Amino acid sequence: MENVSKEKLVQMLERMWLIRHFEVRVMEVHSAGEFTGAAHPYIGEEAVAVGACAALEDTDYIAGNHRSHGHPLAKGGSVKRAMAELYGRVDGYCKGKGGSMHLADFSIGILGESGIVASSVPVATGAALAAKIQGEDFVSMVFFGDGASNQGACHESMNLAALWSLPVIFLCENNQFAVTTSYHDSVSVEHISDRAAAYNMPGILVDGQDAVAMYEATREAVARGRAGEGPTLIEALTYRYEEHSLGLGRVRRGEYRTQGQIDEWRERDPIDVLEHTLTTQGILTREECDAISKAKADEVDEAVEFARNSPYPEPEELYDDMWADPIPLP
Amino acid sequence: MASTAIYVEAINQAIMEEMDRDQSVFIMGEDIRRSVYGATAGLLDKYGENRVLDTPLSENGFFGAAIGASLVGMRPIVETLTSFMWVAMDQLVSQAAKMRYMFGGQATLPVVYRATMFYGGGSAAHHSDRSYPMFMNMPGFKILVPATPRDAKGLLKTAIRDNDPCIVFEDGTLGGATGEVQEGDAALVPFGVADVPRSGSDVTVVAIAGAVPMALRAAEELEEDGVSVEVIDPRTLVPLDKSTILESVAKTGRLVIADPAHKVCSAASEIASIVSQEGFWDLQAPIMKVAAEQVHIPYTPVLERLVYPSSEKIVDAVRVTLED
Repeated sequence: MENVSKEKLVQMLERMWLIRHFEVRVMEVHSAGEFTGAAHPYIGEEAVAVGACAALEDTDYIAGNHRSHGHPLAKGGSVKRAMAELYGRVDGYCKGKGGSMHLADFSIGILGESGIVASSVPVATGAALAAKIQGEDFVSMVFFGDGASNQGACHESMNLAALWSLPVIFLCENNQFAVTTSYHDSVSVEHISDRAAAYNMPGILVDGQDAVAMYEATREAVARGRAGEGPTLIEALTYRYEEHSLGLGRVRRGEYRTQGQIDEWRERDPIDVLEHTLTTQGILTREECDAISKAKADEVDEAVEFARNSPYPEPEELYDDMWADPIPLP
Repeated sequence: MASTAIYVEAINQAIMEEMDRDQSVFIMGEDIRRSVYGATAGLLDKYGENRVLDTPLSENGFFGAAIGASLVGMRPIVETLTSFMWVAMDQLVSQAAKMRYMFGGQATLPVVYRATMFYGGGSAAHHSDRSYPMFMNMPGFKILVPATPRDAKGLLKTAIRDNDPCIVFEDGTLGGATGEVQEGDAALVPFGVADVPRSGSDVTVVAIAGAVPMALRAAEELEEDGVSVEVIDPRTLVPLDKSTILESVAKTGRLVIADPAHKVCSAASEIASIVSQEGFWDLQAPIMKVAAEQVHIPYTPVLERLVYPSSEKIVDAVRVTLED
């Protein structure tokens, strides 16, 4: 904590509020029918992405998953382009071709999110392989969930990364549930971080509601990666407040978790935790925290307006972006 | 400068020339340092462990790692067998094929998968896949099916320099085929340009990969009966040089397609579909497909040889197109 600059702490709070307001607005406009399809709210998990990305440089890479509005925003992505992508507009990150589960910004190292659980893990491992082959000191970080931790892609990648000493951070966001299945019912070990031992790499269990703890743990993992000391598995214990996905009305929360459990986690809301730290240490006043929240809410409102005013793609754009070296379509 | 090489040597030359030319090219796969399949001989000594990586048996992991490395500026070559691609289908389909489009053109993936098709040699159902039609069905891959050492070398070199995911289906039945190869840029073979190894005027035979030598043998046999066969080797299935095929059919009016892959929803089906739609009025006989029977590959040689095209089957099909 004493090694974390004031600027870094304030930026973390700003980005957490940005993600929170973004997700709340997404839920509102989605239920109002402004866009369709699945969208997976990240509310309650903001400290994980923000704390972890605070330890990265623009030249480092991240890859995400289906619940990935928070990751690009945590790495400094554009809230307008992210929102416009959800609206399916040309100013969206992927010109409307990706949507909620495929945000990407290659210009700042965001190698894209993936709708197939664990599918980004080998990809991020490969970016780290490139660092090693080229002798560069960038690192790569992949966000995946407790559900993804059971995929073969995850295990294969961890073995490869440890075997080849690759600078990759495997960041498991254990939000307790894969849709409705508790990780206690799907993971054979007490903690997912325990699995690191099987691959001869450090496995760190972190309070995922504490952005500062996330930042400090990730900073150490990044330093190990840059020093050529190989990968790290970080398990962030966190909680998904909302249901698995917008549009999944059939899933009732009472069927797989209790209101009491939700309330218990909400008592340690990640934004409250960071604001408490900042206010008790005299870094920000309550009023300054509120002003940050207000500013970020305004920024999200502007992004919604931007998205609404952005045009839909023209029909001929259907055929663009297939190839880097174009060939005739059949 | 031209020289003579067998098919696997031609592949080896292509890899070495491109690794010499571009430091971002590296290769990984199972047992490649000891060159178990012949195409990677000498690479470890010449380029070192950093650029010649033996992988664990984790196809989904390292096929995906190749994608990630390609996204950030490398040009990976992955060596595999077609039958092991099934294990890595998520990375191939969900990531390699879809990433560029899904991310609105942001992703560039100059990655090459070299997949050897071992079939016809008693390898049974799990090691005999000729799976290119399944990948043709998935937008996002350039699909190469070289039938000669010249094309094995030239198409691989072009693939390594290309900026999209390419799959080279190397035909194991041609591994010992001999032919002339060029060096350096002179060896490059462009995508989407069919080869016409034999000109003729009565019947067009489009032959794919290992079916090309069969079609040439069939053409020689038919010539003795006064039948003039034109043989077309598409060389690349995506992109497909349909104009060479359509122009040939316009001349001959008859089409036989010889394809070692399963006949349903195949490259042969696609070519037949194109010609029936765009060359219908040129046809004087029904299009004949000579492709693999729609069964799995049996182990015993007496059954296995019944599955694939053969020069005899091609001759028979050509004769059918000539019936009144």
